[in-house]
Amino acid sequence: MSVIRGATGDWEVVIGLEVHAQVISNSKLFSGSSTTFGAEPNTQVSLVDAAMPGMLPVINRKCVEQAIRTGLGLNARINLYSVFDRKNYFYADLPQGYQISQYKQPIVGEGSLTIDLPDGSTREIGIERLHLEQDAGKSIHDLHPAKTFVDLNRSGVALMEIVSKPDLRSADEASAYVTKLRSILRYLGTCDGNMQEGSMRADVNVSVRRPGAPYGTRCEIKNMNSMRFIRQAIEFEARRQIDILEDGGTIDQETRLFDTKRGVTRTMRSKEEAHDYRYFPDPDLLPLELDPAWVEEIRATLPELPDAKRERFIREYGIKPYDAGVLVSEQISADFFEAVARGRDGKLAANWVMGELFGALNKAGRSIADSPVSAENLGGLIDRIADNTISGRIAKQVFEEMFETGADADTIIEEKGLRQVTDTGAIAELVDQVIRDNPDKIAEIKAGKEKLKGWFVGQVMKASKGKANPQMVNQILAEKLKD
Amino acid sequence: MSTADLTELGLAEARDGLKAGDFSARELVDAHIEAMEAAQVLNAFITETPDLARERAAAADKRIAAGEAGLLEGLPIGIKDLFCTDGVRTTAGSRILDNFIPVYESTVTAKLREAGAVMLGKLNLDEFAMGSSNETSYFGPVRNPWRRAGDPAAELVPGGSSGGSAAAVAARLALAATGTDTGGSIRQPAAFTGIVGLKPTYGRCSRWGIIAFASSLDQAGPMGRSVRDVALMLRAMAGFDEKDSTSVDAPVPDYEAALTGDVRGLKVGVPVEYRADGMPEEISALWQQGMEWLRAAGAEVREISLPHTKYALPTYYIVAPAEASSNLARYDGVRYGHREDGGNLIEMYENTRGSGFGDEVQRRIMIGTYVLSAGYYDAYYLKAQKVRTLIARDFSDAFGDVDVILTPTAPSAAFARGEKTDDPLSMYLNDVFTVPASLAGLPGISLPCGLNGEGLPLGLQLIGRAFDEETVLRVAGVLEEAAAFDARPAQWWREA
Amino acid sequence: MSLDKATVTKIAHLARMKLSEDRLDHMVGELNNILDWVETLKQVDTEDVPPMTSAVRHSLRMREDKVTDGGYVDRILANAPDAEDGFFTVPKVVE
Ligand SMILES: [Mg+2]
Ligand SMILES: [Zn+2]
Repeated sequence: MSVIRGATGDWEVVIGLEVHAQVISNSKLFSGSSTTFGAEPNTQVSLVDAAMPGMLPVINRKCVEQAIRTGLGLNARINLYSVFDRKNYFYADLPQGYQISQYKQPIVGEGSLTIDLPDGSTREIGIERLHLEQDAGKSIHDLHPAKTFVDLNRSGVALMEIVSKPDLRSADEASAYVTKLRSILRYLGTCDGNMQEGSMRADVNVSVRRPGAPYGTRCEIKNMNSMRFIRQAIEFEARRQIDILEDGGTIDQETRLFDTKRGVTRTMRSKEEAHDYRYFPDPDLLPLELDPAWVEEIRATLPELPDAKRERFIREYGIKPYDAGVLVSEQISADFFEAVARGRDGKLAANWVMGELFGALNKAGRSIADSPVSAENLGGLIDRIADNTISGRIAKQVFEEMFETGADADTIIEEKGLRQVTDTGAIAELVDQVIRDNPDKIAEIKAGKEKLKGWFVGQVMKASKGKANPQMVNQILAEKLKD
Repeated sequence: MSTADLTELGLAEARDGLKAGDFSARELVDAHIEAMEAAQVLNAFITETPDLARERAAAADKRIAAGEAGLLEGLPIGIKDLFCTDGVRTTAGSRILDNFIPVYESTVTAKLREAGAVMLGKLNLDEFAMGSSNETSYFGPVRNPWRRAGDPAAELVPGGSSGGSAAAVAARLALAATGTDTGGSIRQPAAFTGIVGLKPTYGRCSRWGIIAFASSLDQAGPMGRSVRDVALMLRAMAGFDEKDSTSVDAPVPDYEAALTGDVRGLKVGVPVEYRADGMPEEISALWQQGMEWLRAAGAEVREISLPHTKYALPTYYIVAPAEASSNLARYDGVRYGHREDGGNLIEMYENTRGSGFGDEVQRRIMIGTYVLSAGYYDAYYLKAQKVRTLIARDFSDAFGDVDVILTPTAPSAAFARGEKTDDPLSMYLNDVFTVPASLAGLPGISLPCGLNGEGLPLGLQLIGRAFDEETVLRVAGVLEEAAAFDARPAQWWREA
Repeated sequence: MSLDKATVTKIAHLARMKLSEDRLDHMVGELNNILDWVETLKQVDTEDVPPMTSAVRHSLRMREDKVTDGGYVDRILANAPDAEDGFFTVPKVVE
């Protein structure tokens, strides 16, 4: 258990997350306008999204399907009967004066998710619920000295609010939770997980308590859209609360904002007022009743999810759990790896993908989606190592060329003449030459300085421009030295 | 035919006359524009659109000539100013929308246009349809064309909220009009002005583009001078709309064809609970008379019980304001309508909504906000929703035994302006007979069946099974024939 | 249950309506009258009675995921009291 040491003893931090994930769909939850990000202000707004008088919502089937798919991916109960409610409050970017959400009867009930911790351990985190709701528009505060500008392009885009149980105990765990959730959503194709563009945002509920004591009063830090900020905010907020409690104070339940510049949380002024959301079933909509056959149809199309894939990679390819975890975090890298590893040495494949390829991509600032080295070509390179056409060292040279040109291994090996030398006579000649050139060193070896053998091998390899088979060099050199 | 004669026609008669070539749509529309312009004192219209009407009438004449006439081709009607009309100011009778020009057309008015109907203008109403007397309109009260025989100086209300619609039809300014009914807003003004008003089954007419008052209750319907006229107009207004999630995908019958005049063997229920204490003798006598007329036509009249009737009004006055408080949150001065500046966003909201809404609307927003608020939701809102279930069950039980229910429409004839404005509750009580069917979502019609001692019209109401407007209309047709109501207000407003 | 002026003031704020002192005073009486009147609902036994949220019985109809709307910023802003550069505007909000 992770504890925070305070002046008066140990404290435990308790964290629950409400993640808002924008649903991947062409059109909005209750209107036919587009969900594309980054359009000119108010161009992707329908009369419904702008809450014109007399406008009515009609639900998008795809958004419902995405919520069900996500629920199934989180091992959650799908509620065949759910209800849309209105959450009433006034805000500039909330045109209706209410958000259509789900309150008492959400579409998805309890589920769970396994997080992977830095020390290699895993922990199961409970999911409380998932519900569908409308996103708000965007308020822009810095375009005018006296006015806030409102863009409703985002207004009405479908969100899944995924609420965890208060099961998380550290910033590490919270971060692992968001990472895993994001990975699952991306595998499912229900949210693109793009935190910079705001398609995944988290409200973080933080409280502290003495280990084993009942939950303390929590504060909600709103709208966090970076993993780093989530960690910083939790650490700051836990410390803040501990300091208050150790000074004999009490925590006010409130909504706070994380100031990214100063690294602190502060009371959110616009939410300072006591809220009373006056939830009630939206009379413009009817209860959502799902056909169980449809749910089963969706279940049948679920992809293999990261946890299952990780287990399979360990089992089938014999790779290390850590490596498997890294490879499955994104579907595309898992698929790439698998294309390289299939029918080959899995460990070797993992080393090449995670070592050379990821390293080179990283250096070049590219992603695996636009890797110049295809999985097929990387596989071909490994094949040439396995059949002794080239040595591991030459292979790195081939890979560099491959990364530059996108050519396949055989072409590069032929063009550059990198084929390994395995002709005994040719190698013996090189060995003899090196011996001839270094009589003093030979004398030292014969006097017992064994270490110099390695130097000799190196000289021979150099003379062969690296192409001599190193085992053969070793063997022939040993025989010659015996004489 | 003279201009005055053309305003004497009913909707169906005018349709037949146009078809026969007795007059043109342009002549028909001009006659009504003249009547509308001569009746300013009634304040029935908030916005008159004579130029648009003439233009559309000319187009209608072309379509008639080309043999492409729609169901209501060339027929001048009025539109309650709660229906959004593309390019024509739509106010909901409120200051908060006094400058609002929709860029879209409500489904119902679009259907009417498609059927060829010609809009004369936008009709006055209680602000956001909240009221039973048309006194809450920001654009001033509507005068009832009817006057008390012994007291012509007293200005009577036309009922509400569709008071402008009722007055315009009764005064023959329009052949027919659209109304909306949330708790009686079509039926009660119809009764107060001696015309026929039908509230269809909830889900029958699309709510898309109608400014919402209470979403689970609002329903558009026709108002006209005969049962046939409302049957004709309903056919053009009704129908499934995929833009309204509460719209029901059921075929729209030819309602006129339902007017067979035959009610033999039909079972008519008379709810004992509607015999309220203090019901004026004239109204209970008229109700009795209605039963006799139906018996004489071969129907069987029997008593039924709707045991939760007395809870309907309190239930309604929780449910409707609750929904309204949320529906009216969008009027915040940001995207359209009236805006009153403030030092910050909250002040801007408070100033805008403080000055943009009238007293009654504010009262209902307050009630609605309160009954939904934390700690009170269960005691008020949830409780009311449960009682609503019981009220709806009363009706479904009753419709196991009878085919239609007969009641008075309102507990009184039209009252004088200002008579009930000091006491909101006394105003609310006016909806006592109309609200139960609204809560249950059932179709109801009011038709004029007699006059009271002061020469004012009184209406009877028929309530039917869900989506059985045909039976309601058929029985109404028989009652209409028996009542032979032909009284009409003197055209005093022309001299005024 | 009886509402006092402080509560009525709170509700008015929740509903974002500025009411004059005079109106608030009146409102206290009016709201209490109405609330007293609806108290009669307490007499009804609603144990095991489900709430009725709609007069329509069918379940929610779903539409296809197609872009069929939007793309008309001029119509969206046509009635705006104070639009600027394609945006709606409000007095500056401090978060
Ligand atoms: Mg939240
Ligand atoms: Zn949310």
